[in-house]
Amino acid sequence: MNIYFTVVQRDLRLAMRRKAEVLNSVFFFVVVATLFPLAIGPEPAMLRQIGPGVLWVGALLATMLGLSRMFEGDFRDGSLENMLLSPHSLGLMVFGKITAHWVLCGVPLVILAPVLGLQFDLSEEALWMLSLSLLLGTPVLSCVGAIGAALTLGVRGGGILISLLVLPLYVPVLVFGAGAVQALESGVGAQAHVSILLAMLLPALFFSPWACSAGLRIALE
Amino acid sequence: MNTTCLQVQHASVERAGRQLFAPVSFELQASQAMHLQGDNGSGKTSLLRGLCGLSPLSQGQVLWDGQPVQEVREFFLRDVFYLGHALGLKDELSALENLQTTAAMAGQVLHLQEAEQALAAQGMSNRMHLPLRVLSQGQKRRVALARLQISKARLWLLDEPMVALDSAAQHTLIDLLRAHAAQGGMLLFTSHQALDVGNAMQVLRLQP
Repeated sequence: MNIYFTVVQRDLRLAMRRKAEVLNSVFFFVVVATLFPLAIGPEPAMLRQIGPGVLWVGALLATMLGLSRMFEGDFRDGSLENMLLSPHSLGLMVFGKITAHWVLCGVPLVILAPVLGLQFDLSEEALWMLSLSLLLGTPVLSCVGAIGAALTLGVRGGGILISLLVLPLYVPVLVFGAGAVQALESGVGAQAHVSILLAMLLPALFFSPWACSAGLRIALE
Repeated sequence: MNTTCLQVQHASVERAGRQLFAPVSFELQASQAMHLQGDNGSGKTSLLRGLCGLSPLSQGQVLWDGQPVQEVREFFLRDVFYLGHALGLKDELSALENLQTTAAMAGQVLHLQEAEQALAAQGMSNRMHLPLRVLSQGQKRRVALARLQISKARLWLLDEPMVALDSAAQHTLIDLLRAHAAQGGMLLFTSHQALDVGNAMQVLRLQP
């Protein structure tokens, strides 16, 4: 288990030394969420209706921005070979990398979303629900995205390929994530949506490191 | 007790459907070194990668202490150190941080003092806190050699370890390899230079 924290710590430290890459996706999210209300105009009813969807689409695309870099650096400088030759479980190390990706890319979105949600005139409960749905949804995005990143590692034009591979798998998360907030707004209650998000999160956490490891082994052959 | 440690039987590698070299068989025992030779593209790197399991061998078998490596993979990986063309070091981290993280990944407990000594032995004592991206290619290589020095693996697989080293660093490396062999370690390396590691050295030439 120690190796898990070693990898998380290493990836976070690496990210702190290249802040621009991390800020890139967060900045993207902030810009998208800010431009929409400006472009659409000050109609509270309309903004309330599109708010959750816009914020979720922004979060989804922001997560995808950093995906292709997830394993690429380690692949180029040979660190990935070290990982494969480590006596420790590769799955655990990959899970460490996924965790680091989420901490750098998902957590800022969870924290920023309620603030940006104010621009869409969302109610307080809706803002909390937005954060909760992102808290459950963004780890799924990181886990599923990591599989795409591992499979397209070393492939030319991998960035576009990742989107093609991963986007269809992101759709359910988007539907139920944004749907949770809308359901709450319309008075139906979001419990079903939250349960489904959780049901997507658990298998993603369990299977993703395993699938990534298999992909990485193939990429290095 | 059987002292044979690494046995390779009829190993070969295929690339794009073409066999790179005629199948080779050899044994390495404690304190033995082997110089792997061959022309460019003859499959030296592929063989080394195949031995440590990074890429598959198209045929043949590798035995570690008499057992197929697939069955004792975890023990085998604890005992093997592979240094390839890519050094596996991060440009953003300092030499010291690189040593510590790579050692942790290799399943090794490394004390700070030990790491500092290894870097000092490579002549890097006043640069160990600098990020690697400001160092030269040869200095990065020296950091990789410091990794070698602290490694407790029994089998070293080195792919062109002499590249980009100045003559002082080359001598340090040769001393390191001799000391490893003297302590009962095994060594398999490729190099286009003659490398005198001691009297128990074999030469294997890969033939197409």
